[in-house]
Amino acid sequence: MNLNKLFKAMVVAVPLLALGACSSTSDSETDASGSSTNGSTTSGQYENGGVVTGGAAEVLSPAEQKRLKEQELRRQNIIYFDFDRSELQSENAEILMAHGNYLVEHPNVRVLIEGHADERGTPEYNIALGERRAKAIAKYLQGMGVQPSQMSIVSYGEEKPLDFSRTDEGFAKNRRGVLVY
Amino acid sequence: MKKLVKWFVLVSVVLTMPARAALDIVITEGVDQARPIAVVPFVWQGEGAIPESISDVVMSDLSRSGTFQPLDTRSLPQGNISDVNQFKVDSWSSVVADAVIVGSVKPYGADQFLVTFELIDIVKAQLQAGKGPVNASELLLESRETVISASQFRQYAHRISDVVYEKLTGIRGAFLTRIAYVVVKQGEKSPYHLMISDYDGYNEQMLLRSPEPLMSPTWSPDGRRLAYVSFENRKAEIFVQDIYTQARTKVSSFDGINGAPAFSPDGKKLAVTLSKDGQPEIYTIDIATKAIKRVTDHYAIDTEASWFPDGKSLLFTSERGGRPQLYKVDLDTNKVTRMTFEGEWNLGGSITPDGRSMIFVNRTNGNFNIARMDLATRFMQVLSSTRLDESPSVAPNGTMVIYGTTHQGKQVLAAVSTDGRFKARLPVGQGEVKSPAWSPFL
Repeated sequence: MNLNKLFKAMVVAVPLLALGACSSTSDSETDASGSSTNGSTTSGQYENGGVVTGGAAEVLSPAEQKRLKEQELRRQNIIYFDFDRSELQSENAEILMAHGNYLVEHPNVRVLIEGHADERGTPEYNIALGERRAKAIAKYLQGMGVQPSQMSIVSYGEEKPLDFSRTDEGFAKNRRGVLVY
Repeated sequence: MKKLVKWFVLVSVVLTMPARAALDIVITEGVDQARPIAVVPFVWQGEGAIPESISDVVMSDLSRSGTFQPLDTRSLPQGNISDVNQFKVDSWSSVVADAVIVGSVKPYGADQFLVTFELIDIVKAQLQAGKGPVNASELLLESRETVISASQFRQYAHRISDVVYEKLTGIRGAFLTRIAYVVVKQGEKSPYHLMISDYDGYNEQMLLRSPEPLMSPTWSPDGRRLAYVSFENRKAEIFVQDIYTQARTKVSSFDGINGAPAFSPDGKKLAVTLSKDGQPEIYTIDIATKAIKRVTDHYAIDTEASWFPDGKSLLFTSERGGRPQLYKVDLDTNKVTRMTFEGEWNLGGSITPDGRSMIFVNRTNGNFNIARMDLATRFMQVLSSTRLDESPSVAPNGTMVIYGTTHQGKQVLAAVSTDGRFKARLPVGQGEVKSPAWSPFL
């Protein structure tokens, strides 16, 4: 009974800790980029003697620009695949590189890679196909220097579709790999 | 408090269960080829209302078999008869039917009922009419009486259907069987439900409910245990669950895929798919000792094994030829033979109980349908005409296949006879229904 409670508490606490870790990193990043807006919002307070300050946008170094762009790209965590294929598409390279660089820079961060399939074929075959898709993503990230210990894989096959329409468009949305931090 | 909540949940589940069958069958094709049969409503010899109409269940069984089409009871010339001595041949001279079933039910002590039924050879009766008196017993194909309790009415009705079906076709009836399936109710906290019911959808019971996917239920040969895949621990694991005691055993939890379980004919082993060594491969697991043995070895996908009835070989899906096709592997020699060449894909195969043909999913022109191939002649026949068909499971008498399909944007179960003539749909009220598995004879 007590163990049960402890386990339940852990179930709640562990994701919270993980969330905390995520949000603190992203906060510090937005602060860095948002400093210019902070500067211009102190307005109309007489304690300052009525003066109003102005500021200019920060000049970002190319490295910072790249980092901001990758931060934006990392919000995209779904990689789509062709029917019955598990090869990565070139249009997904930017997104995967953004995730890869982040994971290389943060070796303590772990990612779960989910593999999914559309509803055509048998559930059992689609589990195998989903795993192959997840592995293709893991292999790409590993090639960028991400440690295998940072990545785990699960295939849900056709069991967790995003789109239930069972049209070609729906199938395309369901054939995917998802990076879950 | 916790117990109280549990009870409340249980009670509310029971209260909200519809009294009618959870799965109502809609016969979509094949009624015209079915043979006419007359089922006279069983005569109730008690007070008040009969607990449940046995003859209604028998009529429903016979029409679901696809082989018989019971005549409208209002059109029958005699109504209130329960044995062959009351059967008046002259009245039945114009009725076209293979046989007539009559019977009676009468109270027989506390919660006990005596049920009798007789199967009358109407064709013989009509042929002999006018050739002098006939000994009534010569017209009897079958005659039985049994004492049952009120809770056994449906079960005994299925038993009568089994007897009638076997007497008239020579094939054992599969009416006293169950099906297992997965229901997904999106939006619920625990959307994934593992269910079993009688073969006709009555007596639906939940065996497991989970927030994460449940897959691939399959029956042990004694009809007592189910093996299935559960993602409850955020990974695929194989469990075996006793349907009576509810005892669950985790059988396989390796890294990667633990999937597609199938009991060996002796019930001691499971054929499974594991990807612990890289690619998905077929293994066997000894359920008692957990000892595993690798069967296939190929860089392509190998999965969804099923046993040949002799237990010496497995049928499985492999894409080693480029696309998914069916292969056979000998368990002694590990020798692999390709079984299918026709069509774009052939997968999800199983051997019929007589060992003569196999049932599988065929993809032709991008359409996924259920197909049958004769193992001797290699003749392939596409059986179903529904959409996105998958997970075929053959009835233990080999006459019918139940499978998962899509109808009006929802996953539903459907059935097709192994000759392709009879087609039916089993729609449900709520959620998506999939992964059906037909039990062995019970």
